[in-house]
Amino acid sequence: MPLTLTLREPPTVPLETEGLSPDRLAGRRRGEVEALTVWHGNRRAQLGDFFTVSGNGDEELRLEGDLRRVKFLGAGMSDGRLTVAGAAGMHTGADMSGGELVVEGDVGDYAGTGMRGGRLVVRGSAGQQVGGAQPGERAGMRGGEILVHGDAGDQLGAGLRRGLIAVAGRVGGSAGLRMLAGTIVALGELGGRPGAAMRRGTIVAMSPVTLLPTFAFACSYRPPFLRLYLRRLRALGLPLTDDQIEGRYACWSGDGLELRRGEILMLEP
Amino acid sequence: MRLGDTEVVDTFAEAFPMWGARIVITAESPAWAHEAARSLTGFATSVIGCKCEAGIERELDPAETPDGRPGASALLFANDRDGLAKRLVERVGQSVLTCPTTACFNGLEAPDSVDVGGQLRFFGDGYQASKVLDGRRYWRVPVMEGEFLVEERFAVAEGVAGGNIIILGPEVADALRATEAAAAAMRSVPDVILPFPGGIARSGSKVGSRYSSLMASTNEALCPTLRAQVPHTDVPPDVGSVFEIVIDGLTFKAVRDAMAVGLEAAAEAGAGQVTAGNYGGNLGPHHIELRGLVPGLVD
Repeated sequence: MPLTLTLREPPTVPLETEGLSPDRLAGRRRGEVEALTVWHGNRRAQLGDFFTVSGNGDEELRLEGDLRRVKFLGAGMSDGRLTVAGAAGMHTGADMSGGELVVEGDVGDYAGTGMRGGRLVVRGSAGQQVGGAQPGERAGMRGGEILVHGDAGDQLGAGLRRGLIAVAGRVGGSAGLRMLAGTIVALGELGGRPGAAMRRGTIVAMSPVTLLPTFAFACSYRPPFLRLYLRRLRALGLPLTDDQIEGRYACWSGDGLELRRGEILMLEP
Repeated sequence: MRLGDTEVVDTFAEAFPMWGARIVITAESPAWAHEAARSLTGFATSVIGCKCEAGIERELDPAETPDGRPGASALLFANDRDGLAKRLVERVGQSVLTCPTTACFNGLEAPDSVDVGGQLRFFGDGYQASKVLDGRRYWRVPVMEGEFLVEERFAVAEGVAGGNIIILGPEVADALRATEAAAAAMRSVPDVILPFPGGIARSGSKVGSRYSSLMASTNEALCPTLRAQVPHTDVPPDVGSVFEIVIDGLTFKAVRDAMAVGLEAAAEAGAGQVTAGNYGGNLGPHHIELRGLVPGLVD
């Protein structure tokens, strides 16, 4: 049985748990895990005040209970596997650099902000600013992969610098806002103003979307690199069809208010 | 020694270390993938005159390629790592980048690698873009047709070059038929290529020449027309033609396996005699003895 932390009851105010990741708990005894510092609102507390600790294991960590008010789960994680058996709160997987974090339910806002590597999988839906920038920073996610099987909120991949974000469901407005590079794939509906102020990078839309007037049509073609991406996403469990993988895409260059080196690739019917 | 009706000379092939890479080319059709691979591996029979040795390893099904399109894999060998890097950039740049609908990927797993796509990207003149997926960087180079996709780094590893078998027969047609059968069988062995035209060389060489500017010259001891002129000949009286198959491989085992397959196929196809080329064991560290190479060899 992997090391398992079970939240006894939802906290009355948000609980912040930076450092709750398999690599940081590796080798720690049960008492040490229970003594880890957490912040309950503005009050310092111990992890054992809220969680029951069971099992052991250095490479895998499992979190159970209603964790919607628990922030920073897996933040800074660099290795191993973390499974959240249910929903997770804000900032889940922030600053991850490696390993795999799987959330079996929904995640709150700011999931994967500042991420540099590893993989964040959300089986449910995600809030706003997935893979975005940390407050005060220009660049958002710098590497790794975020896969959302449900929907995602506004400003997905805002400031994205490198890496891949894919969403199976609907994506909110302003996806790829001010993005610098990297790739966003929206398999469902894509909200308005995608790629606003983007400099470089790619946004892939599988359904028609009205673009900002600062995007210019380039051509329709089958981007060779996209086959690699879409085949990988299918291998990772997202619902990609052969028509999407082999299809023709309209290439729109933008944002003309910036470098016009970014692109929105829209699947043609 | 004998293998069926074929005489097998009790000798060995002498092979050398060379650096190798595997290039995977994909395209919209098998024909274009093959065309690019043919061009990539053209004029690459021997390092003596071509700076590298290359050949098509095999055709690839869409299920085997990174982008799910039909493809071909080729192996390219050069004397050293830096030379291999230069040849890769030259040949991928001139033969794959230019070929309609192709993309080019590293096909070898090895700890060392050289920059290929990272050099070719400059053809994009500033309009190139990169993508990083699963830890591998790819370059998208805009071209008139659309876009050329090439992986940035190609793995390189020390391989074995110069494995060989030499097949003798009473006439050209007899010897060539047995050699063709051997080459066809050897192509089924993974991790090897036969760099000469059709896998077969009619002009096996020795090191050096009476002319100081030549690094290699004809192997007079195996030239049937010189049998009566030279002080030493390896051509039996009933032999009128001799062919050689040279094998380059990523591993010693692959080269040895290919030689074994070729020996059996040549004997089955009626080769009069099979031998192997060496330099007295003084040059190459890899010696592949014909004795013990296949079951059924008897003294």
